Amino acid sequence: MLHGWGGTAPSRAHVVHPGTLEELAAVVADAGPRGVLVRGAGRSYGDAAQNGGGTVLDLSAFSSVRVLDDGDVVAGAGAVLAHLVPVLLRRGRFLPVTPGTRYVTVGGAVAADVHGKNHHVDSSFGAHVRRLDLLTADGTLRRLCRDGSPAEQRLLDATLGGMGLTGAVTEVQFGTVPAPTASILVDTHRADDLDTVMALMAEGDDRHRYSVAWVDGTVAGARLGRGVVTFGDHAPEGDGDPRHRTPPPGEPRVGVPPLPVSPLHRHAVAAFNEAWFRRAPRRRIAEPTPLAPFFYPLDAVGGWNRLYGPSGFLQYQFAVPDSGAAMVRRTLEQLRALRVPAYLTVLKRFGPGRDASPLSFPMAGWTLAVDVPARDAALARALDRLDEQVLEAGGRLYLAKDSRAVPATIAAGYPQLDRFRAVRRDVDPDGVFVSDLARRLDL
Amino acid sequence: MSDALHRPSSVLLLGGTSDIGLATVRALASPALRRVVLAARPSPARDAAVEQLTEAGVPEVCVRDFDAADTASHAQVLDSVFAGPDVDVVVVAFGVLGEQRELEEAPDLAVELARVNYLGGVSSCLLAAQRLRRQGHGSIVVLSSVAGDRPRRSNFVYGSSKAGLDSLARGLADSLRGTGVHVLVVRPGFVRSSMTEHLDPAPLAVTPADVAAAVVDGLRRGSTVVYVPRVMRLVMTGLRHVPGPIFRRLPV
Ligand SMILES: Cc1cc2nc3c(=O)[nH]c(=O)nc-3n(C[C@H](O)[C@H](O)[C@H](O)COP(=O)(O)OP(=O)(O)OC[C@H]3O[C@@H](n4cnc5c(N)ncnc54)[C@H](O)[C@@H]3O)c2cc1C
Repeated sequence: MLHGWGGTAPSRAHVVHPGTLEELAAVVADAGPRGVLVRGAGRSYGDAAQNGGGTVLDLSAFSSVRVLDDGDVVAGAGAVLAHLVPVLLRRGRFLPVTPGTRYVTVGGAVAADVHGKNHHVDSSFGAHVRRLDLLTADGTLRRLCRDGSPAEQRLLDATLGGMGLTGAVTEVQFGTVPAPTASILVDTHRADDLDTVMALMAEGDDRHRYSVAWVDGTVAGARLGRGVVTFGDHAPEGDGDPRHRTPPPGEPRVGVPPLPVSPLHRHAVAAFNEAWFRRAPRRRIAEPTPLAPFFYPLDAVGGWNRLYGPSGFLQYQFAVPDSGAAMVRRTLEQLRALRVPAYLTVLKRFGPGRDASPLSFPMAGWTLAVDVPARDAALARALDRLDEQVLEAGGRLYLAKDSRAVPATIAAGYPQLDRFRAVRRDVDPDGVFVSDLARRLDL
Repeated sequence: MSDALHRPSSVLLLGGTSDIGLATVRALASPALRRVVLAARPSPARDAAVEQLTEAGVPEVCVRDFDAADTASHAQVLDSVFAGPDVDVVVVAFGVLGEQRELEEAPDLAVELARVNYLGGVSSCLLAAQRLRRQGHGSIVVLSSVAGDRPRRSNFVYGSSKAGLDSLARGLADSLRGTGVHVLVVRPGFVRSSMTEHLDPAPLAVTPADVAAAVVDGLRRGSTVVYVPRVMRLVMTGLRHVPGPIFRRLPV
């Protein structure tokens, strides 16, 4: 039985661990009527990495990592970012883009075209991919380069953000950024209301590579959306703290066991948010901070998703252009009105999206991500209403986080979906690569 | 695939004109629901059901000719449904009530009732389970009855057919653990519906909508057995332990 990080809607599949390209090709050639799909580390929230009744490929064997002289990385798709980070830092480099957890695979980062806290400066992961090897439904391994034929580039672009539906990525070459030390110089600002949070972010954007805000969706009235804004930049040689050595690639220090019920009821969540807000300094500038807690605060607690209990949770993440900035407040208000314990609400800025990739999520503007427990029909209706408002604001939802949208919402948010379908039809006319997400959303 | 909030995108109703079945489909309807297949014998009631669901906003409502008593035809009907998009919920809602005195006087009528309620249920539950297993996900909702809990003078023929179906469904639920397929057995008390309109409602009578709400809740919780109303569980536990001589004299 496989489920996503949110622990909802599991399905059963046959998991295969091919050790070589030949074995991988043989499994794809043998795909039954329910098709195949690659699963990375299972860090997408919903059903993106599931293929009920079919075959699911685990490419952990494809995890070699090589750093080239120019700083590019050549990595197997099954390599986990946590293992890449120390290798890169020893060479004075860092990932060009990293999501909020380092326990994702290179293949998963490509398939979701992940974004980080530096999107406004460095775009999404796909922008740094120079080449990738893709095993397609017909059993051929295609090397897709940035400067390849137009057809190759179309397939490459559709694969970046393509949620595993164009084929199995086996190896990726991507660029890195300089990181002279393992420290980040962090500016922290605590802001008492949402407008201040958003103004700080919009204004600090140009000056810092990394920016993110944690906002509090649990307080009522004028303070709703108060938050802690952090900016960061890699510390130059000499400014870093030598004690901030790279995190070992191992497992998190503390873990959460499976729980029969969730301890995250509304009051506990409100108390957590209050404490988190109070803990942050009102204002602190250029404080050297170790890299891991800055980029991956949640990775310190293994299996924190279990805190939501057996019924699981979901993340609601949308992007809207600047003109839709009001959606941020509206979302917090509507979830608060429903008394949903919104824990871990994160706001980021996006720079321009990569239009060449039809299913890539980011677009210039704002993105908000809220974790909510998977509850009842009232939550479903509230999120459906929010979907409509996001679309009206010209925005869209993130497929790697989705577990409940309807096909029309995705089609409206991704106007190039038909272009994606055309590429997919070309490269995989029988729909061999398929997922529960693809079936649910008609991708 | 049902979504994270347990909203199915497609439902198959076996017994496509059943009041409880249709109420259940309506309760499962949401913007996520795209397709409903009504399996029933062709009849004006079936046409009316199509119309009713279409008006309720279900984008695609289709029908299959289905006769619960004709078990030989079931595999073909289910195959044709499963040839389409994944089926998230199969509702097994067909059944006949019969008139106890008549059934006792004409046992072949009783056999016919058992054929529909029990054999039809055996065949369609097992066939649906096979197909859902291949999908790796899905639920079967089986409409049982408190009448199956303990045979009563007033309706034991019907009760025995539900007891058989109920026990099959619970066994099936166990056998499907770990396959991604879930079975929910629903035991309503007296339901006011077209099947019972000629009877005086018993205490704790419920409506098809109550049953439907319990189904939605049971699917969300992943329950195996739900009673409607919920206190029926207590009542039935009590009744099961009442000694026979007393039970026979109870007005149930
Ligand atoms: C705590 C947390 C924080 C997060 N923060 C962010 C964030 O800041 N920004 C962001 O963008 N995302 C974020 N995410 C989402 C995460 O980055 C994506 O879901 C990512 O795709 C997960 O990678 P994975 O290896 O776990 O892939 P999976 O979840 O296993 O798979 C995701 C998709 O990738 C496909 N896939 C995986 N490997 C391959 C391959 N080799 N070839 C083809 N397809 C493949 C799968 O088929 C599936 O469609 C976060 C997730 C968590 C749990």
